[in-house]
Amino acid sequence: MSPLAALFIRDIRLAIRVGGGGGIGVLFFLIVVVLIPFAVGPDLNLLARLGPAILWLGALLASLLTLDRLFAVDHDDGSLDLILMSDTPLEFAVAAKAAAHWLTTGLPLVIATPLLGLFMNLDAKASAAVMLTLLAGTPALTFIGLIGAALSVALRRGGLLLAVLVLPLTVPVLIFGVAASNAAIVGPLPFGTPFTILCALMLTSLVVGIFAAAAALRHGME
Amino acid sequence: MRLEASGLACVRGGRAVFTGLGFSVDAGEALLVTGRNGSGKSSLLRMVAGLVRVAGGRLALVDADPDQTIPEQAHYLGHQDALKPSLTVAENLTFWARYLDGAEPIQGALAAVGLAALTDLPAAYLSAGQRRRLSIARLLTAKRPLWLLDEPTSALDREAQNTLSGLMRQHLSGGGIILAAAHGPIGLDHAKELRLGDFG
Amino acid sequence: MAIIDLANPTRFLNLAHRALPWLIEITGALFVVGLYLVYGAPDDYQQGATVKIMFIHVPSAWLGMFGWLLMSIAALGTLVWRHPLADVAAKAAAPIGASFTFLCLVTGALWGRPMWGTYWVWDARLTSVLILFLMYLGVIALWRTVEDPSRAARAAAILTLVGAINLPIIKFSVDWWNTLHQPASVIRLGGPSIYPTILVPLLVMALAFTLLFVTLHVAAMGNEILRRRVRALMLMQAQSAPGSGE
Repeated sequence: MSPLAALFIRDIRLAIRVGGGGGIGVLFFLIVVVLIPFAVGPDLNLLARLGPAILWLGALLASLLTLDRLFAVDHDDGSLDLILMSDTPLEFAVAAKAAAHWLTTGLPLVIATPLLGLFMNLDAKASAAVMLTLLAGTPALTFIGLIGAALSVALRRGGLLLAVLVLPLTVPVLIFGVAASNAAIVGPLPFGTPFTILCALMLTSLVVGIFAAAAALRHGME
Repeated sequence: MRLEASGLACVRGGRAVFTGLGFSVDAGEALLVTGRNGSGKSSLLRMVAGLVRVAGGRLALVDADPDQTIPEQAHYLGHQDALKPSLTVAENLTFWARYLDGAEPIQGALAAVGLAALTDLPAAYLSAGQRRRLSIARLLTAKRPLWLLDEPTSALDREAQNTLSGLMRQHLSGGGIILAAAHGPIGLDHAKELRLGDFG
Repeated sequence: MAIIDLANPTRFLNLAHRALPWLIEITGALFVVGLYLVYGAPDDYQQGATVKIMFIHVPSAWLGMFGWLLMSIAALGTLVWRHPLADVAAKAAAPIGASFTFLCLVTGALWGRPMWGTYWVWDARLTSVLILFLMYLGVIALWRTVEDPSRAARAAAILTLVGAINLPIIKFSVDWWNTLHQPASVIRLGGPSIYPTILVPLLVMALAFTLLFVTLHVAAMGNEILRRRVRALMLMQAQSAPGSGE
C-alpha cells in the first residue's frame, strides 16, 4: 500500500473513531439550521427564500469548526515531524489529509442537505440545487480552511484565529454557491454561470490551499 | 558512510543556541550528545532530521545514497511518540511501516520490543514505557542507516533499556550510525561524547 | 554569543533617523498644497461641499491596497531571502494599511449618510474594502498570536500572499454579487466622471497621503527594530543569569 493511501485511510479511520466522525459536523449543521427560525420567525415563505443561504452558512461553519484539529493533532503528537522527514512530498500528504477530511466532514453535510431542506421549506428541486452547489463548494471550503489550519497549527486555541483568517477568503465561494442555488430555484440567471465559477473557485482553492498549507507547515516547524 | 558536520550554527527564537559546532561519526559508531538543558541537544538532532534550519556551516552524510536527503535516510525518535490513542498497537505500527516504505513485517518488530501480546490493544491503554517501546519498534520496520534518538531511555525500565541497548548494538554492527541526545549514558559502551554548552 | 538580527537593521535605523525629518517636511508641504487646492475646488451640483470627502476617501482606498502590495513584496523578501528587514517592513505596514482602510470605510459612511440616508449600504466597492479591512485584522491577529517573531513573520507572509491572490477574486465576486442584488444603478461613490478641476487636487492629496504612509512606515519600522532589540536583550539576560540552566 502506498504511503499516501495509508495516510488517507488512517485519517478516515481516526475521523470515524474519534468524536463520532462526520456525525458531529452534521449535528452542528442541524442545530444551526434549526436555530434560524427561532431568530427570524416561522414564516415559511421567508424561510424558503432564505433556505439556500442558511444551508450554505451552516455548512460553512460546520466545515470550519472541524478543520481546527486537522494538523494540530499530528503536530502535537510528533507525527508531523515524521511526515515532513519522509520522501513523500508534503503537498501530497496535505492533499491526502484534505481529501480524508472532506470525505468525513464535507460529504456528510452534502448528504444531510435534503433533510435539512425540509426545515427550510425547500422543495425537491431547491434541495437538489443546494446539494449540488454544496458538493462543489464544500471541497473549496476544506481547501481554503487548510491554510488557516496550517497557519494556526502550533497555537493553543487556534480555532478562533483560524476562523478569522479563513472566513474572508471564503466569501467568493459563499457568494457563488448561494447565487447558483437561487438561480436554479427562481432564476432568471442560468444556473450554469455561477455554478461554473464555483467549480473554478474550487479548483483554484485546491491548488492555492494545498501549496500554501504545505508552505505554512514547513515554515512553521522551526 | 559518515555523518559530518563543520561550523554548524543553530538559531531558535532569535537566539543563537550554538555556533561553530563540528563532529564526525563513521558507520558502526555512535555519538552521544550531552549538555545542560537549553544547550541545543534536541535542536542538533532536529537539525540533522531536517526539522530545524541549518543557520550556518555544513552538514552531510558522506558516501550515502546521493538521491536521498539526510532525513529520508534517518529514523527520528523524538520526545513525542507519534502514536494515535484510538488506533491499536498493530494499526499504529502498520501505518508507520507503510508510510516509511518499510519492508520489515511488524510482527517481528513488535516481538523485538516485547509488545507482541498487545497487538490489538488501543494505544490509549499503553503505559508510558510501552508507548516508548512502540515508538522504538517503528525504527525496526524500515532499514535506515542513521538513527537520531532524543532521550531514548526516558520512561523505559531496566529490562526495556537492555532491549534498546541490544537493538542499538545490532544497528551499529550492521553499519548504521547513531546520534543520540541524553543527560547520561544510554547503554552504549563505546559511544563518543559531544558535550554542548561549551561553545560560544 | 552574537545576536543575529543586528547587522542591516542598524544601517536602516541610521538612514531612517536622517531621512525622517525630510519626509515629515515634504509630507507637510504636500498636504498644505493639497488642502489649498481642495479648498479651491468647485462644489458638486448635487452633493454640495460633502463631495470633498472624496479627497480623503479615494486616496485612503488606494493606500489600503498599496499597504497590502507593500506587505506582499515584504512577504517575498521574508520567504525567499529570509531578510529580517522584510519581516520588520511587513509587520510595520499592517496597522498603517489597516488604518487607511478603516479611514476609507468611515469616510465612505459619512459621505453616504447625506446621500442615501443610512451610514452603510452594501455598495460593491465599500464591501470589498470591508473585506480587505477584515483581512488586515486577520494578519495583525496572526502577528500578535505567534510568539516567535521570525515564525510569525513567515506565517504572516504566507497569509499575505494568499490574500494577495484572493483579493482580485474577492473583488470580482463582490462586484458580481452586487449587480445581482441591485440591478438598479446606485450612485457610484467615485462620481460619474472626474473633471480636471477635481483631478489635480485629488492627485496632490493622493501623493500627500502616500508620503504620509511612507513616513509613518519608516517611523514604525524603526520602532519595530528597537522593539526587537529590547526582546533580544531580555533573552540574553535570561540566558546568562545564574541558574538559568539545569
